[in-house]
Amino acid sequence: MSGVEKILVHVRVNGEPREALVEPRTLLVELLREHFNLTGTHIGCDTTYCGACTVLLNGRTTKSCTMFAPMAEGGEIITVEGLSKDGELHPVQQAFAECHGLQCGFCTPGLLLSTVHLLSKTRKPSEKEIRKGIAGNTCRCTGYQNILKAVRAAAAEMGKS
Amino acid sequence: MAKTTRVKNKRLKAAAGSGKSRATGAPKWVGQPIRRVEEDRLVRGKGIFVDDQKLTGMLHIRFVRSSYGHAKITRVDVTKAAALPGVVCTLTGAEVKGLVKPFIEIGPDVGQKIADYPMAVDKVVYQGEPVAAVVAENRMAAEDAAELVEVEYEPLPPVMTAEDALKEGSLVHPGMGTNRNWHGVFEYGDMEKAFKQADHVVHIDRLHFHRFSSTPLECNAMIAVWDSRSERIEYWSNNSFPSFAAQFLSPALGVRIDQILMKSFDIGGGFGIKITNYPYMALCALASRKAGDRPVKWTETRTEHMQASAHGNERTFLDTRVALDKNGVITAIDSRHVDDCGAYPRYEPLGCVIWAQVLPGSYRVRNIRIDMNQVVTNKCPVGPNRGYSRMQQLWFLERVLDICGHSLGIPTDEMRLRNYIRKNEMPYETPNGCVYDSGDYAGMLAMGKTLVGWDDWKRKQAAAREEGRWIGLGIGSTLDSGTNNFGQARIINAGAPFSGQSKAAIAKLDIYGEVVISMGSVPQGQGHETTAAQVVADVLGVSPGHVKVKPGFDTEQNAYTGHTGTYASQFAVTGLSAIHGAATKLRKEMSRLAAWALKAKEKDLEFGVGAQGPEVRDKRSKKSINYWALANIVNVNNAGMPEKLWDVTLNCRHVYHAPFQLPDVKKKFGNLTLTYAAQIHVAVVEVDRDTFQPKILAYACVDDCGRAINPRIVEGQVHGCTAHGIGAALMEDCAYDGDGNLLASTFSDYTPITAMNMPDLLYGHMESPSPFTFNGAKGMGEGGAAPVHTICAALQDALYSKGVIINDSHNTGDSIFLAVQRAGTGGFASSVRIEHRRAAGRSAR
Repeated sequence: MSGVEKILVHVRVNGEPREALVEPRTLLVELLREHFNLTGTHIGCDTTYCGACTVLLNGRTTKSCTMFAPMAEGGEIITVEGLSKDGELHPVQQAFAECHGLQCGFCTPGLLLSTVHLLSKTRKPSEKEIRKGIAGNTCRCTGYQNILKAVRAAAAEMGKS
Repeated sequence: MAKTTRVKNKRLKAAAGSGKSRATGAPKWVGQPIRRVEEDRLVRGKGIFVDDQKLTGMLHIRFVRSSYGHAKITRVDVTKAAALPGVVCTLTGAEVKGLVKPFIEIGPDVGQKIADYPMAVDKVVYQGEPVAAVVAENRMAAEDAAELVEVEYEPLPPVMTAEDALKEGSLVHPGMGTNRNWHGVFEYGDMEKAFKQADHVVHIDRLHFHRFSSTPLECNAMIAVWDSRSERIEYWSNNSFPSFAAQFLSPALGVRIDQILMKSFDIGGGFGIKITNYPYMALCALASRKAGDRPVKWTETRTEHMQASAHGNERTFLDTRVALDKNGVITAIDSRHVDDCGAYPRYEPLGCVIWAQVLPGSYRVRNIRIDMNQVVTNKCPVGPNRGYSRMQQLWFLERVLDICGHSLGIPTDEMRLRNYIRKNEMPYETPNGCVYDSGDYAGMLAMGKTLVGWDDWKRKQAAAREEGRWIGLGIGSTLDSGTNNFGQARIINAGAPFSGQSKAAIAKLDIYGEVVISMGSVPQGQGHETTAAQVVADVLGVSPGHVKVKPGFDTEQNAYTGHTGTYASQFAVTGLSAIHGAATKLRKEMSRLAAWALKAKEKDLEFGVGAQGPEVRDKRSKKSINYWALANIVNVNNAGMPEKLWDVTLNCRHVYHAPFQLPDVKKKFGNLTLTYAAQIHVAVVEVDRDTFQPKILAYACVDDCGRAINPRIVEGQVHGCTAHGIGAALMEDCAYDGDGNLLASTFSDYTPITAMNMPDLLYGHMESPSPFTFNGAKGMGEGGAAPVHTICAALQDALYSKGVIINDSHNTGDSIFLAVQRAGTGGFASSVRIEHRRAAGRSAR
């Protein structure tokens, strides 16, 4: 409602300090998309089911459509835009591209971040751990077959180093 | 016994001939599973989806929607909403009625009496129907204001099932005087004789195909600007059939087609559901005009999408009679089908004929009578959902086949082999004049059985039965008919001014020698940019990396016809044929130009890649000219170019016309689709004895879409449609309660399939090239809900001995529990009845 005092939110996004003056009810995903113009993070369901809005907040996967922006105050956020370094794809991005782990690409940013998080915790995930790791991400195009293949490929690639 | 019929269609014969002559040597890139060019921007989060776009001065619209399924609107008051700071304007149904004409209706007679306005005028006919809108400076203000709109309703009795609709107790559209908006009888062969001569007749009282939607992950979204200076309406949208939308919007909004501009870039899945978002396009345009020409954005919420975008067609199959000979060969099928299109027909009643593309499915039966009906109900309007209208018919046929097989004691694989159309009968003309181009269903079944380990599972199943476990093996035979003949609309409405099928594309050599392709398609994840580049690379002798394919659709590229859109499993045929044609024209122009520039003969020229990139070489003189130099001559350096070359533009547009003729409307006879890709799936499913929850133990899918342009993309499409089908069969259901409330209005209720429920797929691929396309490809990607048939078949196999008939396409632990309970108290005698007419019939058991 108008007349509500706005809140200045400070976060680090993909390593850069950012701030914005927002209504308290602003969702984290809106902060990213509307205020910071980081449109790689998507909204698919509004109810925390589909995970298109998944980002990393302080190293943990977070569904940014289900969290108010001020709750992220002082936090460290990684979005899909922060995965590649100097234009080089992150091994997880590389694996998704190589394995055709995406079709329309709308769910992909969320899946990439869930995978990055999974592989940061579990170097050699089992089949069950992989499926659980992406259980919170809905893909309507791929039937998950090539996504699972991509996660396995990324795990193998990252396990090498 | 089925008779082999010769195909007499002259146009198809011509197409088959020209295909051979047009091929330019062995393809190098077509057929390769190359990585998609789309992947790079999408994994970087750099796709451009509609909601990512922001325009200067952009406003946001929010709809106020009906909480009732059927109610009279007695009051709409936007005063408080309009007064909220940040609100620019509002719209109500009464106002909208004064600004637009109702959308055109495709159906004849009573169908023409429906007044489909984009916003409810004096009554609401489905939950979620828009009744008012608020336009504000930002999304939050629009949401707040929408809550201040006051609407009062007087509830009316809702019509919630096809059977209720036919009782006409309550009318959805009183102006129609009925709820049945279409009726027609499709009859072929000699029904009377077939039933007279039958050894067995199986009666099935009721089968039901449920409502579901492929629910693309990106909801509907659009930005509209109705600019009074340019007198144009510009859209950024994710509508997937822009030519269809424009033909609906133009008369409704009172503007010419050329005043409507449509653009898309990346689209987050569609599966047909986004074809019918044009009512919202009308409302956003009106809002923009009222707001002083400012851009208006609408981003649908998931609940809005579930309640008020589009669902797939629901269909009920009543009083089915099946005639069989002593060997279990089906000789006739007689049935009454009632399709439920929801509150407004919109793309319907086209679904009342589109199923007839696969009238007999993959079977040889020649005597068929389907009494086809469609009704309106107080549910969300339907839209062409992946596998549109054919999947309902295919599911029906597969149920018929399984019920008959089990009833006669014939194994379901054997039942199919006895009834399948044979490979050597291709091209095969169906009883209603459709021509199946090629295919080997028995071969596909053999491959599927091998993949899944059929014989081994048969043994395990028998052992498991001994232990009291319920395991079933099921087969689903599915046709993915692609490239539709719009002439079938005339079977629905003889006056419908539609027929044929066409697509346009443009191949251009741009100023610095770039090969640029405008596809005229509306990709939603199918990898069109990649396959287009593969086709063009082969025409020009370059690599796909040398071909720049413009992503998305843009009216202003002028690469469209009235059929332009991405639907009906056809890009590999229509889209790529148009692109191939445009690239071939460009090659011819480049060849003429190079011959002049190199002082060579055209027959001595070869296209390839040299030290300076793509070039044209003279084999005799060894001289070459690169693309930059060729483009330079025409575009910026053309003084001295001989007059005989002035027709060379290096900007070549080609329109592909599918070889169709008008169907015989009276006989409901004609070729309705050009290609028939097939999928044969085999599943092993166990029903848990404690929870009754079905679980997939093994799943194999075999596909045949003719020559695959990019096998990686084909396999991905098969995976995707399989996931949709498994989700639909076991989880996803747009069920309503009796009061008109949608019971799955969020993803948490609808539960789209996740990695936790998706089994590993065993995949097999066969290629039966189409004789009717230039490169042997067939359209694919819809997959006809193959798993719905397959899983139902497996459940039927698991539970037949318990007396259960699988009569619904949606099966959960709950519904299976109830079915087993019911079967325990009286069996399925009430739903299926078998007449054994002759003694010989019994010996077939």
